[in-house]
Amino acid sequence: MLRIGCPWCGEREEIEFSYGGQAHLAYPQDPHALTDEQWAQYLFMRDNPKGLLRERWVHSHGCRRWFNVERHTVTHEITAIYKPGEPPPARRA
Amino acid sequence: MASTERASPLAAWPARFAAASASATDFTIRELPFTTQINVRGNAADAAFAAATQAVLGHGLPAAANTWAGTAERAALWLGPDEWLVVAPDGMNESIVAALRNSLDGQHAAVTDVSANRTVIEIAGSHARAVLGKGCPLDLHARAFSPPQTAQSLLAKAQILLQCADIRPAFRLYVRISFAPYVAEWLIDAATEFAASRGLDAQRIAARLA
Amino acid sequence: MSGAFRIPGAGHIDRAQPLAFRFNSKSLQGCAGDTLASALLANGVHLVARSFKYHRPRGMFTAGNEEPNAIVQLERGPHTEPNLRATEIELYAGLVAASVNCFPSVDFDLGVLNRLASAILVAGFYNKTFMWPKSFWKKFYEPVLRNASGLGVAPDAPDPDIYDRLHWHCDVLVVGAGPAGLSAALEVARQGLRTVLIDEAPEPGGTLLQRPAQIGGIAGAAWAARAAAELDGLANVLVLRRTSVFGYYDHNYLMALERRTDHLGPGRAPGIARKRLWHFRAARVILATGAHERPIVFGNNDLPGIMLANAACTYATRYGVALGRRGVAFVNNDHGYALALDTQAAAGNLSLIVDARPAADPELARRAAGAGVRALQGHVIARALGGKRVRGVDIRTCAGTNAGRVECDHLLISGGISPAVHLFSQAPGTLRYDARLACFLPDRASQAVEVAGALNARLQLASALADGKAAAARTLAALGRAPAALATSAALTASSAASAGFVPPATVAATAAGTPAPGPVPDELHIEPLWSVQSLLGRKLPGKHFIDLQNDVTESDIRLAAREGFRSVEHAKRYTTTGMATDQGKTSNVTGLAILAEALGKTIPEVGTTTFRPPFTPVTFGALAGRDRGTLSDPVRITPMHAWHAANGAVFEDVGQWKRPWYFPLPGEDMQAAVARETRALRTTAGVMDATTLGKIDIRGADAAEFLNRVYTNAWTKLAVGSCRYGLMCKPDGMMMDDGVTARLAPDRFLMTTTTGNAARVLDWLEEWLQTEWPGLKVYCTSVTEQWSTVAIVGPNSRKILQALAPDMDLSNAAFPFMTFREGEVAGLRARVFRISFSGELSYEVNVPSWHGLALWQAVIDAGKAHGLTPYGTETMHVARAEKGYIIIGQETDATVTPQDLGLAWAVSTQKDFIGKRSFARVDTRRTDRKQLVGLLPRDKSFVAAEGSHLVASPARAVFDPASGSPSIGHITSSYFSPNLGSGFALALIANGRALRGQTVYCVRDAGPQPMTVGDPVFFDPEGKRRDGID
Ligand SMILES: [Zn+2]
Repeated sequence: MLRIGCPWCGEREEIEFSYGGQAHLAYPQDPHALTDEQWAQYLFMRDNPKGLLRERWVHSHGCRRWFNVERHTVTHEITAIYKPGEPPPARRA
Repeated sequence: MASTERASPLAAWPARFAAASASATDFTIRELPFTTQINVRGNAADAAFAAATQAVLGHGLPAAANTWAGTAERAALWLGPDEWLVVAPDGMNESIVAALRNSLDGQHAAVTDVSANRTVIEIAGSHARAVLGKGCPLDLHARAFSPPQTAQSLLAKAQILLQCADIRPAFRLYVRISFAPYVAEWLIDAATEFAASRGLDAQRIAARLA
Repeated sequence: MSGAFRIPGAGHIDRAQPLAFRFNSKSLQGCAGDTLASALLANGVHLVARSFKYHRPRGMFTAGNEEPNAIVQLERGPHTEPNLRATEIELYAGLVAASVNCFPSVDFDLGVLNRLASAILVAGFYNKTFMWPKSFWKKFYEPVLRNASGLGVAPDAPDPDIYDRLHWHCDVLVVGAGPAGLSAALEVARQGLRTVLIDEAPEPGGTLLQRPAQIGGIAGAAWAARAAAELDGLANVLVLRRTSVFGYYDHNYLMALERRTDHLGPGRAPGIARKRLWHFRAARVILATGAHERPIVFGNNDLPGIMLANAACTYATRYGVALGRRGVAFVNNDHGYALALDTQAAAGNLSLIVDARPAADPELARRAAGAGVRALQGHVIARALGGKRVRGVDIRTCAGTNAGRVECDHLLISGGISPAVHLFSQAPGTLRYDARLACFLPDRASQAVEVAGALNARLQLASALADGKAAAARTLAALGRAPAALATSAALTASSAASAGFVPPATVAATAAGTPAPGPVPDELHIEPLWSVQSLLGRKLPGKHFIDLQNDVTESDIRLAAREGFRSVEHAKRYTTTGMATDQGKTSNVTGLAILAEALGKTIPEVGTTTFRPPFTPVTFGALAGRDRGTLSDPVRITPMHAWHAANGAVFEDVGQWKRPWYFPLPGEDMQAAVARETRALRTTAGVMDATTLGKIDIRGADAAEFLNRVYTNAWTKLAVGSCRYGLMCKPDGMMMDDGVTARLAPDRFLMTTTTGNAARVLDWLEEWLQTEWPGLKVYCTSVTEQWSTVAIVGPNSRKILQALAPDMDLSNAAFPFMTFREGEVAGLRARVFRISFSGELSYEVNVPSWHGLALWQAVIDAGKAHGLTPYGTETMHVARAEKGYIIIGQETDATVTPQDLGLAWAVSTQKDFIGKRSFARVDTRRTDRKQLVGLLPRDKSFVAAEGSHLVASPARAVFDPASGSPSIGHITSSYFSPNLGSGFALALIANGRALRGQTVYCVRDAGPQPMTVGDPVFFDPEGKRRDGID
């Protein structure tokens, strides 16, 4: 069970949050300008690293805000948390 | 013509609340039915918005996350960076909604009466923190959760808005009405341990949360 | 007198409080402070169990949580609990316990027949033998095996006890209250940190209570009591006794089980939760979980009377119990040697130490000589002799020479230590094998944790105390607790909280993973590794050589597994079942893998350990369930009208957590009759339904219409104020997500309705797009689901009924047309009335603030009496909507269905863009053979297909032939009997279904394929004449 630092509410238990999948997959400016392959890439393809992943969470039982988390998929160590629209922090070596 | 009586979701519960409060040492539970509750959305950083709400409420909307401002009876609770719950005694919902909408006219803001959406259950006494701790994962130690703290979280399997309303301590649980019987039942069950002459380590636990 | 083997004056028991108890129907007496195990041993009872596979006699092997043998059934009736360890059960007056695994008694056990067959009961025997013939498994092998195996019996009555749960946050959690844990806890507690100290014993002290010890001139036990008293007196410290930490999860989340009343006996603390499940979140953790002693494998090493050295020492020191009159010890390390001498100091019954090493520590050797204990260096025990009790040992030199037989009635074993790395490993932390100490030690932590004491191979008292202090110092440093105050301990006052963006600065440091203690681990063991005497001597020795006592796994089983090709320790473990019993191999895992490594010709680190998983000790289901049982097992959500429904005989259906009326049977009616009556009323007079559970979202702002344009597939800009529209929501992949009617309350304000089950999901979805993709849109969404109660008045007479309640409202079709709403007074209540329909009938949905819901409902019922108004439930709603071909999200859809598949292309804009639109141009969504929604009528009108049934094109295809692939052309999504049609009917998704209209398909069922005719999904009033009323 993770402890996640909501950028607004502070550290709370994982059960208060919902997972939103990989972060930084912006909705395409003009989906109709994309080929089927490009659109399928947006819809279906996701990174699945053994290591750091930037992902979205929403504090669904709390302040209902979406935000971004950088988490290690093996150790669950959370290395960064930032609000939507903010640039992701530089990756640790 | 039919009745225009209102019914709170826990209208049938006062006797059980009284019994639970009487049998436990220093623990009380009751419903505060029909509490006026207004959901307010707007840009906290906008001076005009702040002024317009302050003018109606007589106090500012709290900027700090998970806190409340005002008095126990008339308060504004932080719900999110652009969302608050204004609470007031029964019967003030229409006047406050009208006043806020009037005051905020022309601004990008939303004022919604949600007085019937949730009811309020108040628990108080030295065992209140332990009762909540049986189902709520928040840090409920007095150092971490005292007035003017609030939090939105879970109690067992129900979503709650929790307000530490008094240092006594007294907590107000804002609960959606369909969940109210479940939460009431759960609280009474969790408090049975504090009935007189029972409790084993109850005093020790209470002292370590105070 | 509490037993013939009680040592006068010894032990921390209360001789003034004798306790009578029964074991295997025999009345015995112990003392307050005893465990069941110590009380039995005090009475000279060693034989307490029969082993799992061979039914060999077994006795107490340990004095703690690692016990593999002394597994008992405690109490009877509803309070009975199987598979408890006698070494952990605190004695109380009237205790009743019995051995498991034996029939008819532990002394005369029929299962002993297995021993005669032991030559064939080798590793993998069950797998190899009972696989064939297959048909024998269910009828023969399984029942026989189930009878023969299994441990105790589960209670067959409901659990009469209550259980509890408590969440707790702290700065430092110390696990283990032995010398290291106590000294660490004192250090952090004195700094004012929120500290928790947990130990599984009734009192803190650990080994201080189990061995003679002196700290600063006072006895170890007294020092521990003083430390516990100091900690108990601090309000910032919680000391939990009788509590086992069993799981170490992510981000320093630990769970523990507190046994609160078990020591009092069943039913003696009414109203008190028997066990409490603790959920801890700790900024930092200090593990001082100690070490388990390890046996040495030799012939018949499982006989009763053979026990680990620290257990013998504990029984003598803590409980004042001697294991017998004449003891022998078999060791390969100084720690075990010292434990044997400590036992001798208390019990005075040790005659010989057999030490496999050439020499012991000179100081220990002098102590032995002084105590009159003979020591044989460079010798081993090859075999124990005896039946139900050890009565002697065969001794050899390390070269294998026979060195004679020595008589004894108990034997102490110490083959080294296995630090209790379980929690550290779960954390997860990595382990390293220390060849010098012949054990696995904590290595790298991935969480904020320190280790101390015997877990860290500090076995000497002074060393353990110092190690605890050092771990505390590292913990304090990590918490920034040198000069500066810690956020969680500095009072978070009103003013500081008000300015909080939260996240105390200390938590950043607190999450840093623990660092291993600096410097090398000292050698306080001086061990010469000895796993198996057979392999040391390089020859086969008589007797059975056990590794895992609880699962009866022998050395030869491990060697057999290696010969049969098991290379991975994880596979060998499962094949031989080493370490898979309820003791989780606490005394056997390392020995097993050392022997496996030897058999494979590898080193121990090369083979590695198996994975440690929670729970460290068994946890009862009752404790896990806690308060979430009975009516509290899950929230039951009810509407304000629920009491009326219940009082009027409603049968309820669970819709998610909601209880919704399913149907309202009259006396004597079954479901079919009730639904037939309700459906008829709805189509001929009027029905009323509680529709409160629909999700409702208030959407406001200058960009509200634009927002709806983007999230709904149809257009919203031109919707007039006062009007409603049916909307479809899709995911970006074009698949249906939700639907509902949305009304325009004002130019910048809409009220959206969602399906009952999707209310929260849709609000989250809207917020997700507003917050992450379109933060520039001026829109606010607020849930008002439970602000409003909704009463649907449906049917030809609905207008008359509503008119009676709202005399001032103009309900004519011209003034109040379909798909509009009006605000006004209904039954004297301020209401919002929507003219929408989910049945095809004239229909009004009246919304009032939910505190008026019951009053409105009652008023509608009263007003409807003159017009044949009938309350109806979800089943009638379903029949009526399905007759009209109206879909339900989650029933007709399953995240692979587009609006076009459902024939809802009319609700999909070809002009504007919206979420999902791009996907409708994908090749896959344009396929003509996609499954499409159709209606089905059975040839046999009485046939009501099961929802989910598969459909095939011909009767022949109803028989599945793997060679020709799936014969299914689709499936039934909704199926009911329609009293209006006088026939069963169904909605179905069929590949290219619209092209099959008029054709016959076959519903697959056990009784044979049922022919059904494909048609339009609208079965009733296809022209839609009824929605304006038929009067
Ligand atoms: Zn939050």
